[in-house]
Order: sequence, then C-alpha cells, then structure tokens
Amino acid sequence: MSCVLTIIEHDRGAIASGSLEALTAARSIADSLGLPLVAAVCDGSDALAAACAGYGAVEVVDISHPLLSDYGPEAWGAALSQLVSSRVPAAVVACGTDRGNELVAHIAAALDAPMVANALSIATGADEWAITRVQWGGSLLEDVTLRAPIKLVTVSHHANDMAPAPAVEARSTFSPTLDPALSRTVVTGRVERAAGVTLTTARVVVGGGRGVGSPEGFAPLEELAGELSGVVGCSRAVTNNGWRNHTDQVGQTGTRIAPDIYMACGISGAIQHWVGAMASKKILAINTDKDANMVTRADYAVIGDLHQVIPAITAEIRRRRTA
Amino acid sequence: MAALRIAVCVKRVPAPGSRINVTADEQSVDAANLGFATSPHEECAVEAAVQLADAHGGTACVVTLGPAEAEEQLRYAASVGMHTAVLVSAADGLNWDPQRTASALAQAISSVEARDGAFDLVLFGNESADSGGFQVGIRVAHLLGRPIVNGAKGIEITDAGITIRRPIDSGFEVYELPRPAVVGVKEGINLPRYPTMKGRLASKKVGVEVIEATADAGGQVRVRLRRPEEKASSTIILGHGPDAAPAVVDLLAELGVL
Repeated sequence: MSCVLTIIEHDRGAIASGSLEALTAARSIADSLGLPLVAAVCDGSDALAAACAGYGAVEVVDISHPLLSDYGPEAWGAALSQLVSSRVPAAVVACGTDRGNELVAHIAAALDAPMVANALSIATGADEWAITRVQWGGSLLEDVTLRAPIKLVTVSHHANDMAPAPAVEARSTFSPTLDPALSRTVVTGRVERAAGVTLTTARVVVGGGRGVGSPEGFAPLEELAGELSGVVGCSRAVTNNGWRNHTDQVGQTGTRIAPDIYMACGISGAIQHWVGAMASKKILAINTDKDANMVTRADYAVIGDLHQVIPAITAEIRRRRTA
Repeated sequence: MAALRIAVCVKRVPAPGSRINVTADEQSVDAANLGFATSPHEECAVEAAVQLADAHGGTACVVTLGPAEAEEQLRYAASVGMHTAVLVSAADGLNWDPQRTASALAQAISSVEARDGAFDLVLFGNESADSGGFQVGIRVAHLLGRPIVNGAKGIEITDAGITIRRPIDSGFEVYELPRPAVVGVKEGINLPRYPTMKGRLASKKVGVEVIEATADAGGQVRVRLRRPEEKASSTIILGHGPDAAPAVVDLLAELGVL
C-alpha cells in the first residue's frame, strides 16, 4: 500500500527539531490523501522510533547498512532512493534544512524526478499538487504545480508548527545494497568546537551591524550576551568588512536563527539579513534611526546609540541580580 | 599532477538587497531598475576556483545558463581571474526549473569536456539566492556520474583527491573525495576579491563560448511569483537611549531569558 514517507534527520541519535516539523506536515498530507505516515531513519534506534511515533508515524523503517553509521550524503541518498523505489510512496517529505534538501535532491536526481524545495503550503491533488514555496529566503513567494508519480518536497524550516499526535508504530528494517565506492563521501572526521550554545541553538542572540563600528566595538555585545547565556551574531556588512567570522553572520547566506529574542543593534535590516532573523520569536531593535527597516519590522525598539544603550542594559541586569 | 582543470557554474541574479518587484504577468522578476550580480555563494566559488588554479597551476572556466545579459557575470568572473567562459544560452533560462537547468548545464559541461578534457572539479553555489532550489549542483553531479558534497566551507586539493570541510552546528565534518568531483560551496569559504583595473582590461579579451541550451521542462511548473503580504505590525518603542534599559530588562524577564 502506498504511504507518505518522511525522512528523519538526527545527530547521532537525537532527533532534529526540523524532522518534527516534517512529520507534522507529512501527517497533514497523509491525512488528506488517506494514506499512512511512515518515517524512514538511517542508522535508527528505539528512541528515534518512539520520537517518530509521537508525531503520528504508524511505521518506522530502520535503514541499516555499515556505510550508514555516520552521515554521508551519497550513501544516505542512495539508500533512501532504493527504499523509495521499493515502497513507491505517494510522497517523500523532509525538512528544508541543509541535510534535508540535500538528501531529497539526491533522491530526485537518482529517480530523475522533480523536487520542490522549501514549501510553505501544500495543497494535495489526485495528479498534481499546488505548492507555495520560498524564494529569496522568504521575501518572495513562488506558486508552483508539482506533477510527478512520486512527489518529492521539503518544507521550509521554522515555517510550520510541530504538533505531536501519538501513534503506535510498527517497526521494519530495510537493508539497501550500497556500492562500497559511496564511502568516498562519508564523513571521515569531525572537528568539534567546544560544546556550548551556538547561533542556531541559542535562546538569546545579540546581533551587531555596521553601527557597531569596529571589531572591538563588539565587546559590550559579548558582555551582554554572556549575561544572558546567549550568542553574538552579526550582519553581512560586518563579515564583508572582515570584523567577524562568517560563522557569526545572521542572514540568507549565513545562519538562520530562531531564538526566543534577537537583539539587533546598529543593524539597518537589509532583506537578506531580515530573512535570517525572521524566525526569532521576538525581535528588539536598537538603532538611532527610527525609520530603519529593522526598527519598523521589529516587535520592540529602543531608539538610541547602542554604545550607550547596551552597557546600560548590562548594568541594569547586574544591578537586579545583586539586589 | 597534470594541470588542474576547474569549472564554476554561476547564476545571474538581481543584486542582493534590492527590492524585488514582479512583472505584471507575474511570471518573472521585474528587471527594470534592477542591478544584477553573481549569486553570493557562487561569487565565493569563483574566488575559490581562482585561488586553486593559482596555487596548483591550472585553468578555471566560468559557466552560466541564461540570456545574453548573463555575459556580464562571465566578464566579471574573468576580471577576477577566471580564464575561459561559457554561456549556455537560453533567453528565459533564469526562469527555468531546476531539472531543466541541470540538464542543460550537464550537457554543456560534457560537450566542453569531450573536446578539452575532464574538469577535475566543478563548483556550484549551495543554492541560488533567488530561486533557492538546493538541487542543481546535485543533479549535475548525478548526470556526470561524479561524487558531490554540498555546503563546503573549505576545499583542499591533494594528490589523493579533494578534502572538503563542511560546518555543522557543533563544528566541522571532513570529507575526502576522489577526482573528478563536484562541490557545492557556501559564502564564507573566502572573501571574494575585487577586480583590478588590469583584470578588467584582461576580461575584455576573454572569448565567451556560446552553447545553445536544449533541455525539456521538468515537473515543477511556475504558476506565479508574488510578494508575501506585508503583515501590518506596530513596533513597541521601549524608550530612548540608556533610559530604556529598565524597560528592556523587564521584557527579558517577561520572556524568561534572564
């Protein structure tokens, strides 16, 4: 029987939050097509299967093969392609993360099938689907129709909710036949930075733009971020000036953040920066220009010079903590 | 090592940061009053190719699918050090779906390789800034029968092959690929250089090879482009200058991040 297959991402056993979004979207598609929701996990585990069942998967397929014990886009892509060819699902859904888009693209290339990346909304149909997808990181929308016997889609990360829906899952195993040559694109090593909060996991991000003025100017932002167990980010203008490492860039070609609060300091708010910040639950802009794009789009604003405002906030936090 | 051959595929996109308007028929971006540039990830791929060609004594070819205007991006790439240029010509190519784009690029690359020899490395941007399909490089790699790693922020060419570093949240993954291979590059791998006067003059002498693009449309069909609805929002002004600090800290407490 056909199904809606969801590709599950995990970092060595811990399910990725994006996959919960994908399961939620896939369940809605499965319901509209009257089909079961199936989760596919490479190098799976009982814990991962339970997590998938918690979001409505009635079957979890553990894909196992020695080449899948660590991430490898071609090996995982080939294994998933074989599963798809064998199960012939009506649709394959993943989250539009780097890995999700990459894996579905490998399946699409292997099957010579179309793939729609970063869908915001999906209206299923008997033959063709109507999908609204993201362009320019979200500042432009594209309405498309998808025509294919197997519909391959990724859903835009952070665009949809995650809604649990407990189910009882059946477990099955799939053992692909993989060309040993595919080990050429399996991770051969990792360089781990010191464990800790990162731009993508931080609940608080303090961002600085051209208004900070210099690399040294970021010191008060680092101090404030430190007080809040947060992380410092920056705009593209800052990285283009060489003031900070590209890994700190918040933006369409940098990192997309989704903290509880993003404090954007001295940032005018160019579209590609906005796109990287817009998944933040709340945004506070600190700027001398009340008409700056960042200020008008933010939830909250302080009109003033960040060089005075930031230290004042840090001082107030410390004052209240010691009081 | 025989002389290294590198190709970079770039896309002509509206200059990032511009306000994007849609044509009346909603089928494409309104080019009137828009400046164009090479998509950001690809600008860095061009810089990576120039650096690798310089370091290893090789040649680098820039390729683009698009209308005649896309020659502007080929010339710019030549002015920062690319040696040869190919226009895969399609009047509406910038609006083509990703399957069609990949098919045309792979055909063009194959025909150049048949004549001049295989490229050790073909570089793509991870995704284009405008359509963001995240798939053209991967499709071309499959069509050429070569390995591909995307999202590269470090490329090293060794006798054994190609070593790629790719960031993940907690650090880097390291991949080792044989040659020939395809790599998708992300902005941040380097800081692209500006063209010099000498480079600009030299770029005028680079011949652009034109190959007619032939490929069938794929299964993703554009219905329309449109701007998202502007959500009416009002910004709550917490205060002016350092006097706003108490109000800010109240907010932080309310959000539970203190």
